[in-house]
Order: sequence, then structure tokens, then C-alpha cells
Amino acid sequence: MAAKAAKPKTNSEDYLRMYRQMVRIRAFEDNANQLYLSAKMPGLTHMYSGQEAVAVGICEALTASDKITSTHRGHGHCVAKGAEFREMFCELLGKEEGYCRGKGGSMHIADQSNGNLGANAIVGGSMGIATGAALTAKLQKTGDVTVCFFGDGATAQGLWYEVMNMAALMQLPVIYACENNGYSEYTKTAEIAAGSLPARAEAFGIESFTVDGQDVLAVNDLTQKLVARARKGEGPFFIELMTYRYHGHHVGDINREYYRAKDEEAQWKTERDPIVNFGKWLESEGLASSDELKSVQDEVHADAEAAVKYALEAKYPDGSEVDMHVYAA
Amino acid sequence: MREITLSKAVNEAIAEEMRRDETVFLLGEDVAEAGTPFKVLSGLVEEFGTGRIIDTPISEPGFMGMAVGAAMTGSRPIVDLMFGDFIFLIMDQLCNQAAKTHYMSGGKLSVPLVLRTNMGATRRSAAQHSQSLHALVAHIPGLKVAMPSSAYEAKGLMKTAIRDNNPVVIFEDKLMYQDKAPVPEEEYLIPFGVANVKREGSDITLIGTSSMVQVAEKAAEILAKEGISAEVIDPRTIVPLDEAALIESVRKTSRAIVIDEGHQSYGVTGEIASRLNEKAFYHLDAPVLRMGAMDVPVPFSPALEDLTVPTPEGVAAAARKLCAGEMIHAA
Ligand SMILES: Cc1ncc(C[n+]2csc(CCOP(=O)(O)OP(=O)(O)O)c2C)c(N)n1
Ligand SMILES: [Mg+2]
Repeated sequence: MAAKAAKPKTNSEDYLRMYRQMVRIRAFEDNANQLYLSAKMPGLTHMYSGQEAVAVGICEALTASDKITSTHRGHGHCVAKGAEFREMFCELLGKEEGYCRGKGGSMHIADQSNGNLGANAIVGGSMGIATGAALTAKLQKTGDVTVCFFGDGATAQGLWYEVMNMAALMQLPVIYACENNGYSEYTKTAEIAAGSLPARAEAFGIESFTVDGQDVLAVNDLTQKLVARARKGEGPFFIELMTYRYHGHHVGDINREYYRAKDEEAQWKTERDPIVNFGKWLESEGLASSDELKSVQDEVHADAEAAVKYALEAKYPDGSEVDMHVYAA
Repeated sequence: MREITLSKAVNEAIAEEMRRDETVFLLGEDVAEAGTPFKVLSGLVEEFGTGRIIDTPISEPGFMGMAVGAAMTGSRPIVDLMFGDFIFLIMDQLCNQAAKTHYMSGGKLSVPLVLRTNMGATRRSAAQHSQSLHALVAHIPGLKVAMPSSAYEAKGLMKTAIRDNNPVVIFEDKLMYQDKAPVPEEEYLIPFGVANVKREGSDITLIGTSSMVQVAEKAAEILAKEGISAEVIDPRTIVPLDEAALIESVRKTSRAIVIDEGHQSYGVTGEIASRLNEKAFYHLDAPVLRMGAMDVPVPFSPALEDLTVPTPEGVAAAARKLCAGEMIHAA
């Protein structure tokens, strides 16, 4: 098996890149939310804000040819796996230059050339796909690892238990990454998940880990180790990442006090923000000054605004594209 | 008469039947406190409690299967499936289990359950949240399929469905939840298999299901201005289908277009058209036309999505040609 190792994150350049990627996700989402609020975006979208350290911590431990599968809350995974703002905003607005030529929109956004096998609007729908991608890696000895992102709510899907069993039997290089943001739509996780999630994976003999999903370094360290082991045939693995979504379930979920207290939201935002806290750490370690961090933010925000402007003016796909791509040539 | 939304009509129907029959209960995702993402069931949990309005995890095959078992043992479950697209997840429980139990048991067991779900594109929700999959279910013997076209039908058909001793699938158009229609205060039921003539006409019959009834009505208005008199019929249930009413109309008008939001190929439009061809052939002056959704996964981009569904203008244009004796699909 061709051993590939992601570059170890030991220098400040890598740390700054992680910081920048998290800021990019937040900026993308803030702009997407504005597009929704100003009625410029068709349909609805699910914001990733608050969960940045998960996508970035994990994807920074992967190479471009490693695969991921994403979810309805997939903008963060997409950015973290190397996507560009322009093509993403174009997709969000249904424009021809979008990553999916406008056919997918927010819930299916993916930069396929960077190993993103797609965002899925069926909760749990990608669990088989991710495991199958790992099967290819094993059969064709590509050395690639697949990370399957899904939410806590998705652990209720039976498909997961079928594929975990097979992945364990076949020792596939797949990492099941459960982003436990405390809520499954409008319901607390505790009300929809019996017992413990890691214990479920352990029942299949799958090594399981729980990590603070607001701490990008903790996520990255763990993922690097697991990716290296998965490449050696020691997979599969399960990680439960404890995190929080800042917005409602989707952008239209504004009045949500009936299921989630404002105080709780405020507490996560002020005390546990993954970007602010990582920025503070970078400063305290002397790896970056507050001016440097500020200029990263300014650059990213300017990029995002330019991409939004570009996407708003970009053209829609021609009507003749409607029956293109139903079948592969 | 008072006017209420389709959403409220469904809510009332379920509440009335739950008051009437305590074996009726409802289960699905975020149905209780949240009252579903479309807020259709708001208030029910306050009246009936979490024992009868049951929130489930995201385990569609699991809770569908539980509903089948509950129905076989004296309960009358209503399953809430958040999007019609998720029907693919529950196909085994619905089609291999619920649909066949009565038959396989030689009539000894029955499965009185209602699966309420939705359909309809143009909500910019892309390919996995926009499908109209009723034809798949209608294909399976043992399942009844209702397609309400307004708040009035939504209430009357839901009440009938809950009292039916078979598995019934109701497809509500998710874009119509806020549409209002006159709905009586007094109790009423709409029997299955009885079509509704929405508008009388003599030149052509437009048969529409669900929101396509409105498309047909708008097309009829366009045509009326040109002197073409279109009859509009809503079958209301596609299983059972009121074939007699459709045939009678076509005998009178001698032309027909069938409009439905499922994919055109192998769909409801083809089924109804071929029944008319078989049973009203000598009364027809033109081939019966099918107008379904385009045979493509529903695209996200508004520029593409709007092309995939039948429109009043499209229906009127086709009707015009049929009435002028032009061949639409020349061999
Ligand atoms: C099979 C299926 N069932 C239900 C839904 C509707 N739905 C979309 S997201 C969601 C909640 C998912 O919760 P979780 O997995 O925790 O992800 P999160 O939204 O928190 O990121 C639900 C029920 C769906 N898209 N697919
Ligand atoms: Mg969640």
C-alpha cells in the first residue's frame, strides 16, 4: 500500500492555514445567511457556523485524494476539503459555474476534484457511499482514507450499523466522524439517542474516540493518528466530535426558543468559539499577532464578498442543460 | 363558508379522528413540539400528549415497520414521513409488509394505517427533496393512494383514510400548505374512488392530480378566452381510480390530457391515458396526451427546475393543438 502521510502540522504556517480555513467557513456562511435574508438565494440552507474546527481539523489531516462524504450541513466540509468560494457561491445560487453546474445547490455542494464525493440530503445517506469508497481504496490499494461526516441524528439510521459491521469485518480505511452538535433538527440528541454512541461502534470492535469538536488542534492530532493507522489497514474508526451549531437547523429556523435556550447559544458562542479560541492560542504561543489574524480575516472577508458579487452576476445554466447528465456517456 | 389552509385542514382531520377513536396515534420525526417542519401538526401534542403524538429518531424504516405491527394488532397509526422522497427508505415495510399482509394471510390480518407524506417540485430543494413518487406506491396492489388538490380534499380524504382498514398513502403538495379553500365547519368525509368535476366543458377533458388540478383550471381559463371549453376533473384518489367518471367525461369531449407531477415515463399519466384508450377508444378524436414531470432528477437551479413541471401555458398549448386536430406526436 502506498503510504501517504499528510504533512504534520508542526509549524506556524500550518496553524495559520487552519485558522484561515476556519475563518473562510465562517465567512462563507455569514454571506450565505445574508443571501438568504435578502431573498437572493433560492431555497433554504443549513449553516455550519460553530462547527468549523471539526471540518478543518479533520480535512487538514487528509490529502487531496483522500475522500470525504458530506451532509445537508456541508458547506464547511466543502471549504475544508479545498473548494473555492466562487464555484461554491455560484452553486448556492444555481449558476452554471457552480461545482455542480447549479444542479445540486446547497444540499449537494461539493468540489469533486478534491475528493469530496458529495453532500447528501438524505440523513445517513452517505454512510454506504463512504464505506464503499474505502472498499475501493482497499481493493485497488490506493492508500486513500475516507472520512464519513454525519450528525448525531444520523446515528438513528440502520444503514450505519450494516456498514460498520462490514467495514469492521473487511478492515476498511474509513473513519466515521459523528458531529454531535446536540440537536437533530428541533430535538435534543438525548431525546433521540439511547445509550452511548461510541459504545455502538465499539460493539462492532471498532476503536472509538470522543473529542472536543471546538478544539481544532485536538481534532487534528487525533485525526492524523487515525488516518495514518487507517492507511496501514488498522481501520475502521469512529470519532464522536462534541460541537454546536450556532444558527437554527436551517436559515429559516429563527424562533427556536421552544427547543433551545438563548442562554445556551450565547454561552457556546462566547466561551467556546473555535475560531476565537484558536486565535487566542496562536497569539499566546507567539505564533501570530493579533494584527496578523486580523489581516487574515480581512482578506478572507474581501474574497468572500468578491465571490458573492461574481456569483450574483454569473449566468444561470442554459435551459438545454436540464436533461444533460441524467445518464453518463 | 370559512376558508382554511391545507395545513390546518390536515391538522383538523387528524385531531377529529383522534378524538373519535383512541386507537389512532401518530408518529414521525419532530411531529410533537415542533409540529413538523411545515408546522402542519402544531397543537396536536398539547391536546393528545406525547403518548399519542410520538417523536421518533431519524429511523424511517424502523418506525414504518412499527406502524405496520401496531396496525396489525389493533392500533390505527398515522405515520408522518417528512418528505415524500424518504419513501425509498421505507419501501420494504410499506410494499412488502403493509401492502401484502392482508392478502398473504388470506384476509385474516389487516393493516389499517395511514402514511402521510408530501410531493411537489419548484421549492428549490434539489433532487432529494422534490420528488413526486406516488406512482411507485400506486403500482403496488394493496395500497390506496390519495392526492388532495385543496384544503377541502385534504381534510375529507384524511378522515376517510384514517377509517379505512387498509394501508393508505396520502401525498400532500408541500407548496400548497398555506393555500386556503372553503372547508365546512361540520364534519364530512370524501369517499375514495370518487372523482370531482371541477369545471364542466365540452371540447377537451383535463385530468389533473394534486396541484396539477390548479394548473388544469388555469389552462381552462386561458382556453375559455379562445373559445375552447375544457372540462377539469380531479380523480382525488388514484387507487382506487374513478375510471367511470373519467370515461364519461371523455365520451363527451372526445379529447383528454392527463397532467400529473410524477415523472412522465411509467407514471400515473400513462396509466390513466391507456385506460381511456382501452375503454373510450371509439369516442376519441385524438390520442390521449400525457403531461408529467420531465424525466430528470429535479434540478436545484430555478432556471432549470421550472422547466421540469407542467404549466398552465404548456397545457393550454397542447390542448389548442389537440382541438385543432394537429398531431402532437407524429409517427
Ligand atoms: C432520511 C432523512 N430523514 C429525515 C430528513 C430530514 N432532516 C434533515 S436534517 C435532519 C436532522 C439531522 O440531524 P443531525 O444528523 O444531527 O445533523 P445536523 O442537522 O445536526 O447537522 C432531519 C431530520 C432527511 N433529510 N433525511
Ligand atoms: Mg445534530
